[in-house]
Formats: sequence, structure tokens, C-alpha cells
Amino acid sequence: MTMDRETLKQTALAVLRGIAPEVEPGDIEAAIPLRQQVDLDSMDWLNFLIGLHQRLGVNIPESDYAQLVTLDQLLDYLQARLPPPA
Amino acid sequence: MSEFKLPSLGADMDEGTLLQWKVRPGDTVKRGQVVAVVDTSKAAVDVEIWQDGMIEQLLVPVGQKVPVGTTLAWYRAPGEGPLAHAAAPATVPPQAAASVVPAVQTAPKAGAVQVATSCATRRPVSPAARQRAQALGLDPERLQGTGAQGAVTLGDVEAAAQAAAPVAPSAPLTPAARQQAMRRAIAAAMSRSKREIPHYYLSETIPMDRALAWLQERNADLPITERMLPALLQLKAVALALKRVPQLNGFYRNNAFEPVVAVHAGVAIALRGGGLVAPALHDVAAKPLAQLMRELADLVQRARAGSLRSSEMSDPTITVTNLGDQGVEAVFGVIYPPQVAIVGFGAVAPSPWVQDGSVRAVPLCTASLAADHRVTDGHQGALFLAELRALLQTPEKLETT
Repeated sequence: MTMDRETLKQTALAVLRGIAPEVEPGDIEAAIPLRQQVDLDSMDWLNFLIGLHQRLGVNIPESDYAQLVTLDQLLDYLQARLPPPA
Repeated sequence: MSEFKLPSLGADMDEGTLLQWKVRPGDTVKRGQVVAVVDTSKAAVDVEIWQDGMIEQLLVPVGQKVPVGTTLAWYRAPGEGPLAHAAAPATVPPQAAASVVPAVQTAPKAGAVQVATSCATRRPVSPAARQRAQALGLDPERLQGTGAQGAVTLGDVEAAAQAAAPVAPSAPLTPAARQQAMRRAIAAAMSRSKREIPHYYLSETIPMDRALAWLQERNADLPITERMLPALLQLKAVALALKRVPQLNGFYRNNAFEPVVAVHAGVAIALRGGGLVAPALHDVAAKPLAQLMRELADLVQRARAGSLRSSEMSDPTITVTNLGDQGVEAVFGVIYPPQVAIVGFGAVAPSPWVQDGSVRAVPLCTASLAADHRVTDGHQGALFLAELRALLQTPEKLETT
């Protein structure tokens, strides 16, 4: 799967809005911890990561959760691990 | 003939609006099947029937608001005969749900032969009623008659047609109106709780290092869709600890405690936009963790989408609230009547902890219990929290029951 960063960002925000419909994508600051900006409990967070896994095919081990705090970090992480195009 | 009544869907509900019928007269229904959707202030609830049977007649049209305990439909339970005459809908105590309503067997009229098949009982049907019923595709023999000697009249046919009209969900509440209704419902239930229930409160600090390490190891081998949250271990530990202090699990009704064996944990779920619901995760003590996790994820998702089942709303035997995600240290809950206890968990956070004479940094969690003094005393509450702490020190035992 090839995907530029903007498309990846839009995909991630679409998954996020599936869990938190009140989110305005334009209001998300990419460098500020996501869970400070969006009211996500641990079940929401898990569902967010599950949604990304299902949309993008990226495996996210639990031990990596600590690296995924801001949207920028999340996009870096996902971009580096996108499966190669079929 | 049995009555299918609007069950109480929680202490904060005394009426509901029928949004949709999922069945029509003549349909066969199975125990647990959703037969109607009813709007409460909190959600549109799928109302289940608690007996097998066949729907005879729908009594409440879509869009109508009715009190808890109202007969919504008549159905024929196994072994029951067809509808013979118009029995006046019995009034029921508000707590009586369809599941506990005894079947009302209508007495056969003198000389009448009661045959237990759907089409055998002939009843008088006026010609106009028969013609209209045929035009509407209804079986007039199955309708309830209000005319002389139970005769089915044109009016009966029209009423039945209206009740069975194709589903046209009435306009849902606006978000603001729903929010207002929910605040009122929460206020009513919590005011009643504070007025009627003499609460006592206890708390206990629980080291979570072993539970988290066990969970981390378990989750490492699992795909993300099967990973479990620490909150699930806490829920399971609560259910198992209740085996030691069963007086905390059940209902206080009619000046007496009614214990319940199964633990149906009401999980407090915050709704986006405000308000909360605490639907039941059923049989927590008896189920394996993986199954509980799937059911919990499903329950949270459906609660947020406003699509819960009547059994989930009406039968939690204890509530568990977890505000740890927001970082608070502890939460002391308000008991949801007629339950008799609520368990609260605060954040799991590394803190100094003295063990074997030295101080270490350990992830700690404050667990609290608010319980009903009419049923238990602090001693039993303390035993419960001690058992809860002990169970979370041996997480491998939470997998088995």
C-alpha cells in the first residue's frame, strides 16, 4: 500500500471520527498529545488502534503504544510500517 | 394468553415511547427475541420477550408514550389457547417485567371447545370487519373483539391495523432535548438513591504490578483485536470477590434484600455529549476473559450508539465505575437503586509503596466501595475489598472461575 502522508492523515482522522464523531479534523494539533485534545478513554483508544490496524494492515504491538502520543508520532509510526503495495 | 409488558429499564425510567414494532400479529417469537424498540430518555432500547410464543395482537401504536408495566401486546405462550375475549389489561407493580408475569389463561366459555391450534376457534366477525380485514391482509379470527360476545367489529380491525402498521419510527429527540431528558432521569435516580439508601464508603489501595505484568505478557502474543484492558481484570476480580461477600450483589426491594447468584455488572459508560448509562455485562464471574472482553467492547459501542437491550438496562446486580482514564485517584459512587453497592476504580499510577520494609515505585490503584447499610456493614465491605485486592495479586486465577 502506498500512501502519502496527507492521505494517511485523512485516513487516521476518519477512523478517529468513527469513535469520536464530535471531532473537527481541522482542530487537531498534530504535535500535541491526541488524548489531551480528544476525550478518549482506554476502550476508545483501543478501538482507534484496532480501526487503524484494520484499515491499513499495520500491526501495532502493545509495547509500542507509549510511542503513539501525538498525531505526528502516530503518522510517522504508521508510514514506516505500511505493508508494501500488492 | 400472556401479556407482554413494558419492563422497567432502570430506576430512572417510568415511561417509554414505542418507536418500532419488530413483530406482527401471527409471528412466532423466541425467548430473548427483540420484539419492540422503546425510546427512554437515555437510549432507544431493544425490548426482548422472555418466553417463546406467538404474537396475537399489538396493543400500543408506534409513537405512543406509555408507563412502565403497560401491556404492549398479547402473545400466546406454549400450551396456551388462542385469544378468547378481551381481558382487561392488568395493572402490574412497576418492577414486574414480562419475564415474571404469569400467563393469564382465559377460561373457555361454557360449552365451547378449546382447541389449541391457531385457526380452530371461530369467533363472530361482523361482515364489515371481515371485508376490511381482508383488504388489510389481517386474519379477523385472530383479532380481539370488543363487540357483543367478543365479536370482532370494524373498529377492532382498524385498531389492530393501526397497531400493526409498518414501522415508521417517530422523530427521534433532538440532541438537546435528549440531553435534558437524560439529566432529569439521572437526577431522579440519584436523588432517590441519596434519599433512600444509607451509603457507607470504604477504600483500599491495590498494587497493580502483578496484574499489569500478567496482562502485558498475555497481550504480547495476541492480535490487537483480542487484547484485553486492565479494566476488564478489575471487573472480573469484582465478580469473583462477590462470591465471598454475596450480600453486595442483588437488589433491595420491598424492605428486603434479594440476593442474586449471577453477577451482572453494570458498567458505567460515559456518553459522548454528556450523561451516562450503566448497562449489564452478564454473568461476569462465569465467563472467560476473552469472551468478556468481546462483550464489553460490544456493550460500550452499543451504549454509545444508543442501542441497548432491555435485559442489559434492567438487570445489573451491582455497578462498577472506572474513572481512571481521566486520571482521578479515586471515585466514590452513588448506588443505583435497587442495587446495593457500587465499586469504583481510580487511575493506575506509579506511586511509592512500602514492601518488606523498603520503598519501591509500584503502579497503584484506589478501589472504593459504596454500599447500602440496610444490607451490609463496613466489616463485610472490608472483606470484599480485601478479597478484591488479593484476587488482583494472582491475576492468573482470574482466567478460571
